Amino acid sequence: MSWEWGVIWQYIPRLLEGAWLTLELVLVSGLIGIALAIPLALMRASSRTWVKAFPFAYIYFFRGTPLLVQIFLVYYGASQFEAVRESFLWPVLKQPYWCAIIAFSLNTAAYSAELFRSAIQAIPSGEIEAAEAMGMSKPVQIRRIIMPRAFGIALPAYGNEVILMLKGSALASTITLLDVTGMARTIIARTYTPLEMFLAAGMVYLAISALIIALFRLMEYRFNRYQYYHHTDTPEDLDPQLRDQHIDS
Amino acid sequence: MANAKTALVLNDIYKSYGDLEVLKGVSLTANDGDVISILGSSGSGKSTLLRCINLLENPSKGEITVGDESLVLKPGKDGNLVAANRKQLEKMRSRIGFVFQSFNLWPHKTILENIIEAPIQVLKQSKAEAIARAEQLLAKVGLADKRNAYPDNLSGGQKQRVAIARTLAMDPQVLLFDEPTSALDPELVNEVLAVMKELAEEGRTMLIVTHEMRFARDVSSQVVFLHEGQIEEIGPPDQVFNNPKSTRVQEFMASHR
Repeated sequence: MSWEWGVIWQYIPRLLEGAWLTLELVLVSGLIGIALAIPLALMRASSRTWVKAFPFAYIYFFRGTPLLVQIFLVYYGASQFEAVRESFLWPVLKQPYWCAIIAFSLNTAAYSAELFRSAIQAIPSGEIEAAEAMGMSKPVQIRRIIMPRAFGIALPAYGNEVILMLKGSALASTITLLDVTGMARTIIARTYTPLEMFLAAGMVYLAISALIIALFRLMEYRFNRYQYYHHTDTPEDLDPQLRDQHIDS
Repeated sequence: MANAKTALVLNDIYKSYGDLEVLKGVSLTANDGDVISILGSSGSGKSTLLRCINLLENPSKGEITVGDESLVLKPGKDGNLVAANRKQLEKMRSRIGFVFQSFNLWPHKTILENIIEAPIQVLKQSKAEAIARAEQLLAKVGLADKRNAYPDNLSGGQKQRVAIARTLAMDPQVLLFDEPTSALDPELVNEVLAVMKELAEEGRTMLIVTHEMRFARDVSSQVVFLHEGQIEEIGPPDQVFNNPKSTRVQEFMASHR
């Protein structure tokens, strides 16, 4: 077996180009996914049957079918309808990039909605009761108490979802996109060095994962500060006389 | 206090869970400055009665009046009464303070943030105004140095004192205490009772569900004894504790000495 370091060095810039597209796919669909997930989760946590029916069916479908099938449905499926081809959506739907974004967004929205739903339901009922008892309206409760609290609870699990989404994004290469995987396959077709290139691609994914994990650690430390905080009465909390002594010493 | 204004009137409150009738027609009037302790063995409906006042539980029947405003109720889907107008309910709740057995502070907010949340969001106070008031109240409950701590940093007794300060920040007309010391270690009970006693001496209107007999005897203007969802006996503490008319109350008092 021969091992070609040179090929890896030579194609690193192309792999990084692919990494950029991968990051873009994860970031854009992640943001759209959250925007869709929050209302879905709130509806799903409702006690009214007709409110939770739609998110239930939506989540059921997107969690129950393979991401690859969902991508193919959008990419190959949409063009089958003349109405779609003639509509204003066609300029968007004919591009593989937007097809991937749509499929990833809808998919991650389903998983994230389920995460947020379980986080909302994990908030101890007494905390909501306290808000009720003080006369807060439902929208204020959602905005000030329920969402921030659920966000903190869901954060570690959501970090996991983003990592899974990163790896799922490799499927974008099946619809001609040159993300990390797509780029690696293109290079391999040219150089026939599958071992080197897939290993290099794997390393790129690993680096991105490490970045995402670090980012979520940081966010957790910020948003769940109460779990890490150890209170010592600070000098400005002491009465003025004691404070002066404290500063002098 | 013959001509004191009425602060809270409960008229003929019923509450059932399915076939189980927990409250069977309770009527109670609290005048301004009254401190009413509600006693009774477990399952007598004490907490349910308190929670029906601000509709944390929905009564099956009855009328609730705070000050001179009656809460407008209508039948809900499950047969219990619900507020006809959510806005009116919110307004009335903002005038009724509720202190929970398990504190129910918001763990992701600091002590100060816990206290200023509702005054800013519900009473539309400015942040500076709310903070100034919160600091006064924290000093009053002896926790001025904890304003930047989180609830998890505090002991149970401290948490309950913060919860009381959070309730007082709304300047409620009536304060409801639902077994405020039952979740506390015995050595932490007194610090909370001391704060409550101070409130009683200030002339605040309070309804207290409690098992602290000595405290109830010391601070109450009226003592209510509930039994199986009905008022078994009501009167000044001296009567209910020392010369109860009902044999059931006599037995209860004998076993709680």
